[in-house]
Amino acid sequence: NLNLLEDGKERKEEVAVAEFHKKIKEAFEVFDHESNNTVDVREVGTIIRSLGCCPSEGELHDLIAEVEEEEPTGYIRFEKFLPVMTEVLLERRYRPIPEDILLRAFEVLDPAKRGFLSKDELIKYMTEEGEPFSQEEMEEMLSAAIDPESNSIHYKDYITMMVIDEN
Amino acid sequence: MNTPNLEDMGCGTSSATKDKKSEKALKAALVIQNWYRGYSARLKTRQRYALTIFQSIEYADEQGQLQLSNFFSFMLENYTNVPEKEPGLVTRLFGSSIQDKDRQDYLGLIEIPDSYCGPRLQFPLTFTDIDLLIEAFKQQQILHAYYVLEVLFETKKVLQQMPNFTHTNTSPSKEITICGDLHGKLDDLFLIFYKNGLPSVTNPYVFNGDFVDRGKNSMEILMILFVSFLVYPNDLHLNRGNHEDFMMNMRYGFTKEILHKYKMRSVLMPPIPMDGDRAEKKNKLGTATVALGIRTSGSFSEQLTKQEWEQVIDILWSDPRGKRGCYPNTNRGGGCYFGPDITSKILNKYQLKMLVRSHECKPEGYEICHDGKVITVFSASNYYEEGSNRGAYIRMSSGTTPRFFQYQITKATCFRPLYQRVNAIESSAIRMLKERMISRKTDLIRAFQLQDRNKSGKLSMGQWAFSMENVLGLNLPWRSLSSHLVTTDKDGNIDYMSGFQDVHIQKPVKEVQSSLIETVYRYRSDLQIIFNIIDSDHSGLISMEEFRSMWRLFKSHYSVHIDDSQFDELAERMDLNKDGSIDFNEFLKAFYVVHKFDQLNKSDTKLA
Repeated sequence: NLNLLEDGKERKEEVAVAEFHKKIKEAFEVFDHESNNTVDVREVGTIIRSLGCCPSEGELHDLIAEVEEEEPTGYIRFEKFLPVMTEVLLERRYRPIPEDILLRAFEVLDPAKRGFLSKDELIKYMTEEGEPFSQEEMEEMLSAAIDPESNSIHYKDYITMMVIDEN
Repeated sequence: MNTPNLEDMGCGTSSATKDKKSEKALKAALVIQNWYRGYSARLKTRQRYALTIFQSIEYADEQGQLQLSNFFSFMLENYTNVPEKEPGLVTRLFGSSIQDKDRQDYLGLIEIPDSYCGPRLQFPLTFTDIDLLIEAFKQQQILHAYYVLEVLFETKKVLQQMPNFTHTNTSPSKEITICGDLHGKLDDLFLIFYKNGLPSVTNPYVFNGDFVDRGKNSMEILMILFVSFLVYPNDLHLNRGNHEDFMMNMRYGFTKEILHKYKMRSVLMPPIPMDGDRAEKKNKLGTATVALGIRTSGSFSEQLTKQEWEQVIDILWSDPRGKRGCYPNTNRGGGCYFGPDITSKILNKYQLKMLVRSHECKPEGYEICHDGKVITVFSASNYYEEGSNRGAYIRMSSGTTPRFFQYQITKATCFRPLYQRVNAIESSAIRMLKERMISRKTDLIRAFQLQDRNKSGKLSMGQWAFSMENVLGLNLPWRSLSSHLVTTDKDGNIDYMSGFQDVHIQKPVKEVQSSLIETVYRYRSDLQIIFNIIDSDHSGLISMEEFRSMWRLFKSHYSVHIDDSQFDELAERMDLNKDGSIDFNEFLKAFYVVHKFDQLNKSDTKLA
């Protein structure tokens, strides 16, 4: 009976949406310091990423434009954020990078296949290429990634460590 | 990723290879950056979640504290109704055995031995005494009780002569520094003095209360602040916080610190009177600092009227929020939440520009809200845990915008990387949460089973989150935390019993019911406070009769449904009876949580 099938599917999606709504609300509330359903626009990136999405800086910029007020106030309201974020989750946009792709990216930057990148090399790539890191981001990454004795980043170990930490 | 495909542009082979290489490098860099930003965001969120857990539990405990205060009020009101066999108990509780003895009477009881090599203060105090104390405390010396008493009496005398409101003048050449909660963290005070200079006539300070509890140097902080106050009474301002309260001190560690550092128990009863309040405002005309206050001499039997007490709570416990209006502070159980409209109204009414308050821990050490009219400043870094938050202080003067200074104390000579710090506070927070869960196990299971119609042992995420929030009374992001607390199957359903798997309360006696064990564990802090108050000679022992009576009264006020006989049996079986008296500390210590995967046996969360 096609109708029942359709209803079942709809119902399932309703439930999924309801759960997404609650999840998004939770993530939003943690940054809603004044408990008035707004967050600082500078924290929106963190919220979106905490929900498992990995937009690039450019994509994030576009998302923020969607949820901002007509006249930007520096704050994002939950009422605007919720529908946009729900779509993102339903469409499974901005999927995270799988571990093997990440490893290959490091290997591209290490054509000599030494198994590591020097500190200077990493800094050069991260702060000059792509969507460059700020100084703070660079320092933060180095503090965990760098092996102080060799002043280099053994990327395979680093990735493994980070993946374990997240799980 | 919009990287142009250089090959399509028909470049020559050698430059095409070079361009292709750099295009690959660009793409690789983007991948790594993208991944890292996602990882970093999730790390920061985990840190926030941990803080939210700490804060929620702290406020829930404060609710417990206020409930305890109500319990004592309840007892006071029911004094005449207490049955005949318990009059002794209530007299002990409410009869003030502390007369306002003479200063000399107290000081006469103490002698400073020649062997004492700690700091010696000279009255009248001067700035050299401040230096002396700081140096001594840096070397972890303890100030002799004789000097402590002298300072306390002197401070009390001066404070009693001061008005509730203090006005002070500032100018660009004489800025004032405002500090928030210190909570016994001496290193933070040292850091502030190091960075900002010692208090003096040209370097005035305001300390916004909560000097004591939680940290391990409440006494030292108090002594430094009081001595500085006595030397510079017009330039060092002390406002009262909600922890300047002897019942809070019993729960949150100051009393314990005193009893530990100073074995002369019976002498240290004179309560510390404090004027002033944590609200401090800056006059529109530019130069006044105002400290609101309710004067109280603090002794338990000299009661404020009920209305006055409620006003005190309102001032000392309230928090600003974004929602307009004024409504009960349900998190803490006392005071209210006030919105930006309330702030504007009050500030306009008294022609004030700004409210600087404390009382709430902020990750960055300070926070501005209500359109810049309310500033929260918090000066105890790493308040919940190493790495949990920064501390801050503010410098301001009339006509200039306030300047904020942040800091964070760290024990390690080099910073641990962020992910390690986050891991540490996250595990600590989850641990605390699990202990909460186990202390409400019976109620939680009942709530779960009510929803689990077909007795499958599983609930949907929504159902589980709903019960957790309802029973525990903690407003937390349950969905995000679920992975740390329970196991989920592939359909996204939660095995609710899995939450109790690796934690349990050690049963001091096998035969007693779990629900009783749980209840005593849950209320152990309250019970400890009550027992300590009954134990007026601080011997650590109370009579079995008093022990039982107190339990019965407690039971009725807190609506605990446990059979008296069960409790009696428990007490007897634990055999802590020493000639008709019970060592209540031993009794309470026997109720602790065991975490399965610990190397240590006992829970880290100690009794206050």
